[in-house]
Amino acid sequence: MAELSYRDAVSRAIAQEMDRDPSVVLLGEDIGAAGGVFKATVGLLERFGPERVRDTPISEQAILGAAMGAAMTGLRPIAEIMFADFFAVCWDIVANQIAKSSYMTAGQVSFPLVIRSGNGGGLRFGAQHSQAVENWAMAIPGLKVVAPSNPADVIGLFAAAVRDPDPVMFFEAKGLYATKGEVPDGELVDTLGTAKVLRSGTDATIVALAAMVPRALAAAEVLAARGIDSTVVDVRSLVPLDTQTILREVSATGRMFTVEENPRLCGWGAELVSIVAEECFDDLDGPPLRITTPHIPLPSADALEDLAIPSVERIISTIERAMQS
Amino acid sequence: MSAPTDDITVAKGPPGVDPAILHRPGGSVDAPTQLALYRQMVRMRKFEKRAYDLFLQNLVKGTSHLSLGQEAIAAAFGVAMDEKDYTFATYRGHAHTLARGTSMTGVMGELLGRSCGVLSGKGGSMHLTDVKRGVMGSYAIVGAHLTIALGAAWSAKHRGDPRVAVAFFGDGTTNIGAFHESLNLAAVWKLPVVFVCENNLYMEYTPIRTVTAVDNPAADRASAYGLDSIVVDGNDADAMYLTARECLERARSGGGPSLIEARTYRTSGHSRADPGKYKPEEEVAAWAAYDPIDLYRARLLAHGVGEADLDAVDETADSDVQTATVEAQASPPPGLDLLMHHVWSDGGSSWRN
Repeated sequence: MAELSYRDAVSRAIAQEMDRDPSVVLLGEDIGAAGGVFKATVGLLERFGPERVRDTPISEQAILGAAMGAAMTGLRPIAEIMFADFFAVCWDIVANQIAKSSYMTAGQVSFPLVIRSGNGGGLRFGAQHSQAVENWAMAIPGLKVVAPSNPADVIGLFAAAVRDPDPVMFFEAKGLYATKGEVPDGELVDTLGTAKVLRSGTDATIVALAAMVPRALAAAEVLAARGIDSTVVDVRSLVPLDTQTILREVSATGRMFTVEENPRLCGWGAELVSIVAEECFDDLDGPPLRITTPHIPLPSADALEDLAIPSVERIISTIERAMQS
Repeated sequence: MSAPTDDITVAKGPPGVDPAILHRPGGSVDAPTQLALYRQMVRMRKFEKRAYDLFLQNLVKGTSHLSLGQEAIAAAFGVAMDEKDYTFATYRGHAHTLARGTSMTGVMGELLGRSCGVLSGKGGSMHLTDVKRGVMGSYAIVGAHLTIALGAAWSAKHRGDPRVAVAFFGDGTTNIGAFHESLNLAAVWKLPVVFVCENNLYMEYTPIRTVTAVDNPAADRASAYGLDSIVVDGNDADAMYLTARECLERARSGGGPSLIEARTYRTSGHSRADPGKYKPEEEVAAWAAYDPIDLYRARLLAHGVGEADLDAVDETADSDVQTATVEAQASPPPGLDLLMHHVWSDGGSSWRN
């Protein structure tokens, strides 16, 4: 067991998979010699060489197209899109090409590839380098969507993503890169499509993802001291979605609160609310509530960005108010 | 049908193209190869004419894009490529798919939405794919597949596999970003990929020259990526074949990518819905007199190939098209269970437990 930062967990995860499987290759902007703009790929070029760790030009379509073409012909590429906002310039390759081609060809081709990206806000980067876009990916049939909240999950879920035979969108929470957590020694491999119960309570179930998970846990501690005992579920994987765990935990407390960094409309929590409403309505003691970033682009200034993204305080006050009424 | 009047063993060049800019590849094409080229072109032509008849009968639904008049390009690569090389085609990809040996029944069945289709009816005319024969897909978003082709070329090079990837695309593609990203990265990584621009003068309904800053939309951009500028007569099957062989060989021997601009003409409209009224009559007439199949047939006859031999090729193609039509029409629609299959590589579509 060692303490590792979220960013170092990314490079350890990539190294673990590149060590294991020679068909795993890495490509993206500044990922090699520079070690990544978030320093999440430090040391990989030196360790695996320029044939397997390839710096690219600023050509997001070519990066993802190269990954797709390589995946359909025997390699297992890991492509980096530096900031998740940049998916807007290469979304065709994601949404039309990678996601649809297995279906269109009746299964003649498949795409064992991982697309990693720094997602979400909290670093004062402004509207074009901060948005949480996991709900974009979730809306596309044919993509698996993963967003880990801690270093151990980064490694385990990343390994599962690389070994998965289908395309996986792996959203790394930019705001968590510097955070640390305990990570077991040795090879870690987790399972996609599994949510995790991080805290068990009796009064309310808080369902969170990625950077919102530590905030949900912190809020739950404060709420407990005020007499509201909460369960916290880390969704971890939006596709496949572990609805069994979520429905079970929501049914047990009778209340669901989602904590989402994505903007309000059609955020992943809306789908969860719909599933809960359809499948465990009779177990509910009150309406499911969504705590989200408002439906706005993210502002840059500290005070404004902090106001936009769900904070520990907002989670506490929303839940407290709802539970009291 | 109008046979060229001058020496047909040397093509006079496509209408409106200064012969001085045309790439004149070295070497010669032997008789069996010439017959193979002729056979390919005739099969493509007859297949697409039949497909058009079936549209008019409303048996082919949705849309479809014919490459009538452009057959020499797909045929040349079909004959020149190694069996295992990769083809990446566009939504105008019937000919490029047939060129790799994909069954006519499979392609016709796909157009008709039948279970015998190469994609079991799930893809349709614009997405023909036959991985067993190296047809790695037909892509309907302009430019995207150039990036995918470079990925397949990267993979081949990385794995030490001698395969070459060939991406076919239209002149309109030269103005989209993916074209430029692909050429640059393929050149920087020196990848075994051949980019083939089929310049048929029209970007859908709009003359390409009216929306492009240079005269030769692909070739004039080549130098920006350190590539040779190659304009070739896309209606001359021999010139196309020799150019294809040259570029495939360069790619296979580590010489990196090539960009070919093949000058040709789409004698049909852009798609099923387009009668092509925007084309000037004189232009249509000039290119009709420069039809790649007419040109080649006359050349083969001049080279001493017997008329009966060519007629036999024509008749076999007619009969193959007829068989494919009958088989496809007799094939049932796809099983309804297919709707929910093939989202994932395990064959399923589940997104939750």
